[in-house]
Amino acid sequence: MSTETLEKEVVVKPSESLLSKRRKKLITDPLIDDNPVTVQVLGICSSLAVTTQMQPTLVMAISVIFVVALSNFAISLMRNTIPARVRIIVQLAVVATLVTIVSEILKAFAYDMYKELSVFIGLIITNCIVMGRLEAFAMGNKPYDSMLDGLGSALGYSWIILTVAFFRELWGSGAVFGVPVFSYVSSLFGPDFKLATNGLMVTPVGAFIILGLIVWVQRTKTGYVEH
Amino acid sequence: MQQSNTYIIVYSAVLTIILGLLLSGSAQVLGPWQQEAIALDKKKQILGAVISAEEIAAMTPEQVNKFYETRISSTVVDLSGAEITKEGITAEKVEIAQDYKKPAEERSYPIFIFHAEGNPEAVESYIFPMYGAGLWDAIWGYLALETDMNTIGGITLAHAAETPGLGARITEAKVMERYVGKKIFDESGALVTVMMQKGEGKEYGDDAHKVDGMSGATITGNGVNNMLKAYMGYYESYIKAKSTPKAAVAAL
Repeated sequence: MSTETLEKEVVVKPSESLLSKRRKKLITDPLIDDNPVTVQVLGICSSLAVTTQMQPTLVMAISVIFVVALSNFAISLMRNTIPARVRIIVQLAVVATLVTIVSEILKAFAYDMYKELSVFIGLIITNCIVMGRLEAFAMGNKPYDSMLDGLGSALGYSWIILTVAFFRELWGSGAVFGVPVFSYVSSLFGPDFKLATNGLMVTPVGAFIILGLIVWVQRTKTGYVEH
Repeated sequence: MQQSNTYIIVYSAVLTIILGLLLSGSAQVLGPWQQEAIALDKKKQILGAVISAEEIAAMTPEQVNKFYETRISSTVVDLSGAEITKEGITAEKVEIAQDYKKPAEERSYPIFIFHAEGNPEAVESYIFPMYGAGLWDAIWGYLALETDMNTIGGITLAHAAETPGLGARITEAKVMERYVGKKIFDESGALVTVMMQKGEGKEYGDDAHKVDGMSGATITGNGVNNMLKAYMGYYESYIKAKSTPKAAVAAL
C-alpha cells in the first residue's frame, strides 16, 4: 500500500473539526465493516487465550486500547524521522516500551490481574493488530488521526473478545464477571434443577466455536465475502 | 540523508536511550506500589493455606493485613529444628527462592503459625513454606499442618510459568482441596508425605498419602511431590519436636 497518497488526502483539510465525519469513520469502520478480528482475522491468538472469563478479558481489552492508540500516536509523530530501513524495529521498540509500561502499572495496581495476564500482556507486542495499524496507517497519517484509527481498531478487537468471553464464561463456568448466574437461575426452578456448564467452553476450542459463530452472523448481515 | 548509516545509528541510539529512560523511570516510580502488592500477595498465599479463597477474595487489602497481623506469628528455624534468633531475621524476610540455591543445612526455614481468633496463645495450625521445580520454572507453596502435626489442614500452590490449563491448574481450589485431610506420616511415624498420582479422575479417599493427579500435567505433579517430600524432610525435626510432647501426653 502506498502511504504517500493517504497522507495527501489528510493534508488538504487543514481546519477539520475534531470529530468530523471522516474521523468518526476512522473509529467506526473497524467496529463492524473492517473489524480487525472477524474481517481482517488478526489478533486471533489472544482472543482465544484470554477469553475464559470476562474480568481478565476486560483488562486485556483496556490494555490493548491503550497500547494501540498510543503506539499509533507516537509512531505517527515520529513518522517523518524514522529511517525506512529500520522502521519495523523502531515500531517494535516503541510498542514494547508501551506494553512494558502497561505490565508495570498492572503489577503495581492490579497484582492478581498481572499474575493471570502477564504472559498475554507481554504478547500484545506481537499482536498483529498493533503492528498492522502502525504499518498501514500511522506511518502515513497525522498523529491525531492515527490515534483515532488505533482507538477504532482496538475497540473493534475489544468488543469481539468481550463477546466471546461473555459466552465462554456463561456457558463454561455458569457466571458473568464472576457472578454465578447459572446457580441463581437454577435455584428459581427448585432444588433439583441444575443448569449444566460445558467444559468445552473453558478450552480454546470453545473460543474458536464462538468466534466462528460471530464471524458467521456478522458476514451474513454485512454480506462480506472473502476474496 | 535519512538513509545514511550514520543517521540510522544515531537515531537508533537516541531512541534506545529515550525508551530506556522511560522504562527505568516507570519502574522507579511504580516500585513502591509493586513491592506492596507483592508483599500482600505473599500474605494472601500464606493465609490461603488456612482459610478459603473466597474469604480472602472478599477481604480488602487493609483487612488482609490486619487479619495477618492479628492471627499469624512466625519463627525461623534451621535444619535441626532449632530457632534462629539472629538479629534482623524474620520469617517474612526470608527469600526462599534465594535460599533454595544454598545447601539444605545452610538455609533458614520460616514457619508461620496460625492462631485461634481472639486467643494469640492457642495455635490452630503451622504453615510451612515450600519451594521447588515444576515443568518450566519454579513452583512454591504453603502447607498448613493441624496441631497433631500430621494432618494437612490446607495447601496453597503457586507457580511461575506452568502451562495454562495443565500444570497451572495446581493453583485451582479444586486441585488444592484434594490435599485437605491427608497425612504426611504413616502409622509407624515415617515421613511419606502425600503423592499426587498419574492420571486423573480416581478417588483416593481412603488412602491418606495419595491424591488424584492432573491429566496432562504429570511432570508438574511430580514437581509438587518432590517439593513436598523435600520440604517436609527439612522441617521434620521441627515437626517431630512439636508433636512428641503431645503424643506422650496422649499415651498417658
